[in-house]
Amino acid sequence: MKASAFAYARATSVANVLELLSAYGERAKVLSGGQSLLPAMNLRLIAPELVVDIGELGELRGIAVKGSVITIGALTRHADLLKSSEIAAHAPLLKDAVAHVAHPAIRNRGTIGGSLAQADPASELPACMLTLGATIVVCGPGGERRIAAREFFSGIYETALTPQDLLVAVELPVTPRTSTHFFHEFARRHGDYAIVGLAAQAVVTDGRFADLRLGFFAVGDRPLLAMSASRLVGVSITPAVLSEACTALDAELDPPEDQQATSAMRRHLAKVLLTRCVSSLLARPDLCAGASA
Amino acid sequence: MTGAVAISLSVNGERVDASVLPRLNLVDFLREHLKLTGTHIGCEHGVCGACTVRVNGDIVRSCLLLAVQTHNASVETIEGLSDNGEIADLQSAFRERNALQCGFCTPGMLMAAQDLLKQSRSPDREQIREHLSGNYCRCTGYQAIVDAIETTARARTGRLP
Repeated sequence: MKASAFAYARATSVANVLELLSAYGERAKVLSGGQSLLPAMNLRLIAPELVVDIGELGELRGIAVKGSVITIGALTRHADLLKSSEIAAHAPLLKDAVAHVAHPAIRNRGTIGGSLAQADPASELPACMLTLGATIVVCGPGGERRIAAREFFSGIYETALTPQDLLVAVELPVTPRTSTHFFHEFARRHGDYAIVGLAAQAVVTDGRFADLRLGFFAVGDRPLLAMSASRLVGVSITPAVLSEACTALDAELDPPEDQQATSAMRRHLAKVLLTRCVSSLLARPDLCAGASA
Repeated sequence: MTGAVAISLSVNGERVDASVLPRLNLVDFLREHLKLTGTHIGCEHGVCGACTVRVNGDIVRSCLLLAVQTHNASVETIEGLSDNGEIADLQSAFRERNALQCGFCTPGMLMAAQDLLKQSRSPDREQIREHLSGNYCRCTGYQAIVDAIETTARARTGRLP
């Protein structure tokens, strides 16, 4: 299908965007890469009165590392993240994750700001933001706000953004060199939305986790930073400890049932991912015995 | 703001000036306004890859791009790549290996394949499959398409099959 008719404004500045959003509120939609917005419009799931195209706002594009903070402009494309030497060096988890975001032609248009504002619970980047402890930078009528990722995602396609807000950037702490990561997702076809996925970052010292952050996606109405990770920190990991952590994880999940998988299948796969993640990060193949997908 | 918008862009190296409604997708602009029907329309929501074209050198879905967004851009379609000979060897390999049957996906497949071969001189079969993961083919089962791309990559780097 084709989108219904709408008015179009090519924004000239962030102030111009805010002005338009302030006037139109929920009747306007911000067009960034358009890889989620345009399918929804073509399917007539949404029909905004005004589309505000921010594609020409060069100031919202780019990756900068300053001290211990990486700032990524909202218009930075997935393809840019994938090719960036700064991301590879300072946020390698994000690089691994982006390789799983859709397909090359989509990654050439889709942007990080668009993906986070869309907040699809099955998409990779929101979970990475939780794992990496990102701050989302938002401009609104009252000025700039900085929102911690864990406060940002509030439900299926729901965030802390109001209809008058524009997501302008993301800030990530530089990943310490002593840190390691794990990223994996199960999908029917490479690049499709995940059935279940895990973005993890850890510090391993003497065979134990000194820190472990587990960002699961497609396991509920929003990405989940699993509290059960704490059961694995500072202790010697045995199959029994891991099994207890899996049980604790299960209690945190509220997976949806859809045409891709049942809720029970998602619960099973989340535990498989946790087991594989721990086994991989600790280089302990013995822990993985029996964890089949 | 509600009416047609003036755009100026380059399509296959030729300057095009037009006035388009905001809701017009690039693929419909190419097919209906410019009569460049080599770019196909499949799913219209970014899943099938049949409408793949190049914008400013990058492959994109032309069903997920508004014509108004291509103002000042350089668009290349299958007609452009075909006429200038850029993919003559790839097209020939597709033909020889029977890498198409109905041909509906072929323009998009060729755009995606050429994009890969520009970035990677000797991709393995897994990399080829990954790069084509966003392009559906319902006839061939993909084996012949992967074969044709692999053969072209080998020939371009002077390696014999």
